Amino acid sequence: MQHIISILVENKFGVLSRVAGLFSGRGFNIESISVGTTLDSSTSQITVVTMGDDRIIEQIIKHLNKLIDVIKVIDLSEKDYIVREAALIKIHTSRPEDRSEALRITEIFRARVVDSTPSTYTVEITGDENKIEAIINLLRPLGIKEIVRTGKIAIAREDMKQTAMQELKKVRA
Amino acid sequence: MKMSGAEILIESLKKEGVDTVFGMPGGVVLQIFDVLYNEKNLKFILTRHEQGAAHAADGYARAKGKPGVALVTSGPGATNTVTGIANAHMDSIPLIVITGQVATRMIGNDAFQEADIVGITRPCTKYNFLVKSVDELAKTIKEAFYIASTGRPGPVLIDLPKDISGARTDFEYPEKVSMRSYNPTYYGNKWQIKQAAQAILRAKRPVIYAGGGVILSNASGELKELAELNRIPVTLTLMGLGGFPGTHPLFLGMLGMHGTYAANMSVHDADLVIAIGSRFDDRVTGKVSEFAPKAKFIHIDIDPTNIRKNIHVDIPIVGDVRNVLVELNKELKTLEENRNQLIRERDPWYSQIKEWEKGHPLSYKKSNKVIKPQYVIEKIYELSGGDAIVASDVGQHQMWVAQFFKYDRPRTSITSGGLGTMGFGLPAAIGAQFACPDKLVFNVAGDGSFQMNVQELATIAVNKLPIKIVIINNGSLGMVRQWQELFFNQHYSGSIIKDMPDYVKLAEAYSIKGLRATNPSEVEGIIKEAINTDGPVLMDFIVDPGENVFPMVPAGAANSEMIFGESAKSVKDKTAAKKEKKNSVLPA
Repeated sequence: MQHIISILVENKFGVLSRVAGLFSGRGFNIESISVGTTLDSSTSQITVVTMGDDRIIEQIIKHLNKLIDVIKVIDLSEKDYIVREAALIKIHTSRPEDRSEALRITEIFRARVVDSTPSTYTVEITGDENKIEAIINLLRPLGIKEIVRTGKIAIAREDMKQTAMQELKKVRA
Repeated sequence: MKMSGAEILIESLKKEGVDTVFGMPGGVVLQIFDVLYNEKNLKFILTRHEQGAAHAADGYARAKGKPGVALVTSGPGATNTVTGIANAHMDSIPLIVITGQVATRMIGNDAFQEADIVGITRPCTKYNFLVKSVDELAKTIKEAFYIASTGRPGPVLIDLPKDISGARTDFEYPEKVSMRSYNPTYYGNKWQIKQAAQAILRAKRPVIYAGGGVILSNASGELKELAELNRIPVTLTLMGLGGFPGTHPLFLGMLGMHGTYAANMSVHDADLVIAIGSRFDDRVTGKVSEFAPKAKFIHIDIDPTNIRKNIHVDIPIVGDVRNVLVELNKELKTLEENRNQLIRERDPWYSQIKEWEKGHPLSYKKSNKVIKPQYVIEKIYELSGGDAIVASDVGQHQMWVAQFFKYDRPRTSITSGGLGTMGFGLPAAIGAQFACPDKLVFNVAGDGSFQMNVQELATIAVNKLPIKIVIINNGSLGMVRQWQELFFNQHYSGSIIKDMPDYVKLAEAYSIKGLRATNPSEVEGIIKEAINTDGPVLMDFIVDPGENVFPMVPAGAANSEMIFGESAKSVKDKTAAKKEKKNSVLPA
C-alpha cells in the first residue's frame, strides 16, 4: 500500500542524504521525495511517498525516528490529508489551432501558460496526481516536448472537532 | 582563553575522560599532533595501519565500557578506518573516530588526500559531523561522545578540516547536551513489564536468549538475578558471551549456527522466549519461520527498530536493558506467593534439557598424534583459570573459542560479531590490553585472519604489550574450507593458504617471542611458558587441518536440524548426490 510519510528534520546539511540513504541502504522504495524549510528556519519538512506492507512501513518509521536529525515522523496515510504536486509541461504549438487547443485545455484544468515561444507553450499545473495525469493525457496529442514534476507534498487536514473543542475551551477560560 | 582548534580537540578529549587515542598522523592533522607532542595526560598509540587504530579503539571500548578514540588523517587515512567503523556499528560499540580533512576552502576540489568521509561513512556510523567552524568544535565533540555512548551505542565520526584545527577561539566546554531530535527511551513501559512478569511466571518451558545488549548496558547482574530467581535456563549469542556466567548450571551455551544442541532445542521447544538485548540475527535464528515455533516472545531492547524486525513479538519492551530488568525483577518479586510451586511445575522441562545436554554435549575426537584446535582452547581456558580477556578473530577458531572458553565475566569476550571482520582480533587485543593493563589478554587467531592485520605486531612489540597471540594454524581459511567440504563437493576454491610465512620467525623479526607446537604433548608447556613470560608471545599451533566446527546448523535450515561430526558425512554425500543429479539433466 502507498504511504505518505511526513518527516520534520533539523535543517542541517546532509540530512536529506541521510533520509534518502536510509531508504536505499535498507532496500525500501521511494516513489517521490520533496523537501523544503518550514516556518521555523532551523527545520525542514520532507515528504516521502513509499510503498510497503504494514511491517515494512513500521520499520521505515522506526528507522526514520532513529536518525539523529529527525524530530518527528508522521504517517499521513493514517489521517485525513491534502496532497499536491506541481508540473511544468512544455508542448509543441507551432500551428495556430494547436495554440488555441492548448489554451482551452489549460483553462479547463485551471492551469496557466507561463512561457510562450513561436513554437511552444509551457504550462504550469498543480493538483493531485490524477489531475496532472489527466492534463498530460489531453496535451499529449499536441506533442509534449518536456515534463518536469515535483514530488508530492502533503499536509494533514486540521481536525475540525479538536479545533472546535480548543476554541470552546479558550472561550470558557 | 583563546585556543586553537587542535588544542580545543585535545582539551575536550581530556574532559571526556579519554586517556588513550589510537591512530596515525598525516598532513592535515599535523597541528593536532603538534599539540600531542607536549601532552602528558593523553597517550597517543601509533598503530601501523588506520584499520588497526579503529579496531584497537573498538577493543578498548569493549573491554573498558567507555568510548574508544581513533585519530587519523584525511583521504586514505580516513577510508582505512571504514571497516573498523562498520564493525563497531554492527556490534553497537561506542567509538569516536576523528579524521582530518583538507581545508574548508579546498573541500570538493579533489584536493590532495581528500575524501568525502562524511558521505562514505554515513551508512555505517550512528552519526557523523563535518566541523565547519572552530566555534562549534567543542559542542560537536560533546555531542559526539553523548551520541556514541547513549541509547544504542555506536561509532560517531568527526571530520575536522585543517584550517579549523588552526583557527583560534575562546574555549568553553559545554556541560550538558540538549538535542531535541535525539531522545532514547531508557525506561520500559510499566504495563508491558507487568505483562512480561505474568508471562514469565506462567511459562512452563521458558528460555532466556540474551545478547550483547546485556553487556553494553552492564546488566549481567540483573540478568543473573532474573534467571536465578525464576530458575530460567539462559542461552547467549556470540556477542552476549560473558553476560551470564559460562560455568553457571543454568547456562545452556551459545545458540544458533554453531550453538549447543541443548540451547537450540530448548529455544525450539520453549513456550516463552525472553529475548534481552539481542536482535534475532540470522546466524542465531536459522530458518526464521521455524525459530521457536511454539513460543511467545518477550523482547527487551533499547532500539525499537530491532523489535519485530524478523520475528513477531508478543510483549515488546523498549528501554535500557538494565533499567528494564531492574523493574522486571522488582515486579516478579512482588508476585511471590506461589513461585516455588510454579517453578516446580517446570520439572519435566529441566529434565528434558538435562537429557539434551547429556545426549549431545560439545565434544571433539581427542588425539595424541595431531593437535586438535578445541584442545588448545580448552588448555588456554584451564591454564589461565578462565581469568583472561580473549580477543578472537573471525573463522573456525572464533567458534571454537565461543564453544570451549567459558567466559564468566562480561567484557572479557572480544570478538567481531555482526560484521565478521577477519583481522579484528590482533588490534582489538591491543585496545583491550591498554584498557585493562593488569589483565591477561589472549588473541586467538586463525592463520588466515591473523595475516590481515599482521603489521600490528609492531604496535605490540614497541609498546611491550604482554599479549599472548595464539595462531590456530590449519593452513586454510578454515570456515570457508568447511563450507566447501560440506556444501560444495569438496571444491577447495581459494581457501587453501599455501606458502605460509614461518610465524615464529615472523614474531622474532618484531622482537616478539615465538613458540611452536606440532604435537599435542607440547601444547600445555607452550601455553604455560607464554603465560609466565612478561612480554608478548606468539604461539603457532599446527593443528589438524581437517577439523571442522560442530554442531552446525546449515544456512537456511531450522535450528533443530543440526548436524554433528558423525553425521557430516551424510551431508557431504547428499550434496554430492544433488550435484550429480543436477549434472545428469544437463545437456551433454
